[in-house]
Amino acid sequence: MLSLADLALGRSATVRGVDGARAFRRRLLEMGLVPGTQIRVVTVAPLGDPLQIEVRGGQWSLRRAEAAQIAVEPEQAAPAPKPVRKLPVLR
Amino acid sequence: MSTAVACHDDAPAPPPFARTGRVQVVLAGNPNVGKTTLFNALTGSMAKVSNYPGITVDRRAGRLALAEGAADLHDLPGTYSLNARSAEEQIAFDAIAGLADTPPPDVVIACVDATQLARSAYLLLQCQELGARCVVALTMFDEAGVAAPDPAALALVLSCEVIPVIARTKYGLAELRAAISRAATAPRHSIWRWAPHAVLRTHLDAVVAALPATWRAGERYGAESPDADDALALWALTCIDSAPDGDELVGIAPGLRAAVDTRHADGATDDGSVLARWAWLDANVAKLPRARPDRSRTERIDRVLLHRVIGFAVFMAVMAVMFMSLFWWAAPVMDGIDHGFKALGGLLREALGDGIVTDFLVDGVIGGVGSVLVFLPQILLLFLFLGFLEDCGYLARVAYLMDRIMRTMNLHGRAFVPMLSGFACAVPAIMATRTMERRRDRILTMMVVPLMTCSARLPVYTLIIGALIPGSHFRQGLLMVAMYLFSVVTALGAAWVMSKTVKPLKAKRMPFLIELPPYRFPRIGDVLRMMWSKASVFLREAGTVILGCSIALWALLYFPRDLPQGSPDYDALIATAPTDDAKVDLEASKAAAHLEASFGGRLGHAIEPAIAPLGFDWKIGVGIVGAFAAREVFISTLGIVYAVGGDADEQSEPLRAKLHEAQRKDGSHAYTPLVGLSLMIFFALACQCMSTLAIVRRETGSLRWPLFLFAYMTTLAWIVSFCVYQGGKLLGFE
Repeated sequence: MLSLADLALGRSATVRGVDGARAFRRRLLEMGLVPGTQIRVVTVAPLGDPLQIEVRGGQWSLRRAEAAQIAVEPEQAAPAPKPVRKLPVLR
Repeated sequence: MSTAVACHDDAPAPPPFARTGRVQVVLAGNPNVGKTTLFNALTGSMAKVSNYPGITVDRRAGRLALAEGAADLHDLPGTYSLNARSAEEQIAFDAIAGLADTPPPDVVIACVDATQLARSAYLLLQCQELGARCVVALTMFDEAGVAAPDPAALALVLSCEVIPVIARTKYGLAELRAAISRAATAPRHSIWRWAPHAVLRTHLDAVVAALPATWRAGERYGAESPDADDALALWALTCIDSAPDGDELVGIAPGLRAAVDTRHADGATDDGSVLARWAWLDANVAKLPRARPDRSRTERIDRVLLHRVIGFAVFMAVMAVMFMSLFWWAAPVMDGIDHGFKALGGLLREALGDGIVTDFLVDGVIGGVGSVLVFLPQILLLFLFLGFLEDCGYLARVAYLMDRIMRTMNLHGRAFVPMLSGFACAVPAIMATRTMERRRDRILTMMVVPLMTCSARLPVYTLIIGALIPGSHFRQGLLMVAMYLFSVVTALGAAWVMSKTVKPLKAKRMPFLIELPPYRFPRIGDVLRMMWSKASVFLREAGTVILGCSIALWALLYFPRDLPQGSPDYDALIATAPTDDAKVDLEASKAAAHLEASFGGRLGHAIEPAIAPLGFDWKIGVGIVGAFAAREVFISTLGIVYAVGGDADEQSEPLRAKLHEAQRKDGSHAYTPLVGLSLMIFFALACQCMSTLAIVRRETGSLRWPLFLFAYMTTLAWIVSFCVYQGGKLLGFE
């Protein structure tokens, strides 16, 4: 399954599950990242990390490694309004 | 001070509230929901800022005027959930459940953000499960506009009063006060929106049985409530984690911890409660807003401020203005304070005449007060900027922009501002670490900020470079730049090393989840109030320590007053001096002799064997002792030692000449360029500043961290200076 870190910029998806250590997972769930929630990667910070995500009308900064712990299912939405590009990976 | 509302004689006797006799109200809510603004609007100007014992989180309390009399309003740290992992996060839970040093509050005001309804209502559900009497203050009601939910519908769903408030116009505050009064006398009941599943039920029963008596509803609320006991058991089951990388909670009874441990409840039980609450919120609350909140203004601003080119340019500009203001704008005020206190000392000396008491009052007390007040301009300016940037939402963006760089050193993105401020002065910079919510992030930043080249090191470097380092101005300037770069590299390197080796500073695997709140206009009143509270806390808690230390240091360099046997009779010589110049020289020689004979002078001699391998003699040793008051005092101390007068500054030609000519016993130069370099390295790395140590003690709430800071920096300074001096000699440099 796709993770949030793999999601194209601007594309909406549905949260399927959160993985990772207990405290980490609980924190994300309590913020409302429960399965079934809509989530979107708004943009990526100028230096390639962290990501700016939108969930439940609020925006958050989340590191790419942490976003990789969130399983998502992209929405079968209409073609994106803007050309979709993959996130640049900065090493 | 008391509030304006008096008790009416005809009013019914107030109910037997808590131990203080006043109604206890706490204010809970997520960060960025306008909680501070509401607190300020409710309490007026009568707020008191102190610390939670042992934890460096601001504890703010004020008086709240209710119809039946004054109540106490306590502001809790902003939090998204009552579940806690650290002592800091535990504050809100302890306060609401009544487990810390305070009884359970009579009323909890839950700030619910009209633009973030479901998420802020999550916290309310937890409070209601615990059996708190809740009143909802619906904030950001104006900002939500058409998206705002209907308060009456929300009240019905949440089973408590919902009062829309706009704190900046005082809209809704009277209704909120009335609702608090009504809630304070209502019966308590614990409200659960979900039923624990069978497995969780058995865990809860076992943990409830292990709850200490002081945790039970019967003890805390004065009435049995199995549901409230269940809520505490659920909290314990969720938060107590005895795994190696587990919780850092305080005050947990061993029996309770053991009971939780034996249940082997892991993440699965957490998920059960969190998902159940969210299922209820999604079904009942999430549908209430009539539209999606409009974020378009914030998104437009973000497109500029987070842009990969323009965003960084703006960031640099903001940081440059902040930094220059600390460096340049504060300087005239600081000089003014300095001169003012010197002039005051001069007046007092004229009025009292010479003598030990005069010296104590002028050099010890007035000088010490001046050395505390001189920090105020930078503290006020830095917190003016920080308050403004925080309240408008930009500080969260700074963390977002800088995270990639800062995290390679295991520092928080928000550590950038304190580290930059460290170039001006470590004291305000260390106070600025409070913008980070985790203790570990704050302390790691505090431990490396004092390595940055602060403005007090500048005159020391200027003197040493001018007196001892030969070459063109260009070469000398280059060396100064190198010292700045050196400090950045050592600070970042030290952060990385400490985050790998010092156990309490090791990075924890917690999500770097930072809210990027909507941009808002800061309220100048809130910013000024925060500035003032920072300044008063500094004066009260760090200023007194700094004053005490400077008086002690003055005594160290002043007493004893007897000169050793065989010293010339300076007073007689001065009285018969043929010219004024000769008189001045003699007075300088007398001061030098007194300094050498003082405890500080003897200390300089005593540490000479320890600093000789670095190329320093006892005179520099005395300078190092004196510099503990503030690094630039090194110069005036050397001025006294070399009998050119205590008013010598870094540009003083006589002092430079003396340093240049000073000889060892064998006739060689005492201070070669290599000694100069070694001395600069020592000043770059050593923690030569009692004010820094005082503020670290205040900000960490312990003696352990300032001692650690002093020990590690001084050791590092000694080792590196040793390597530079001895290595340089081996390589044939002078």
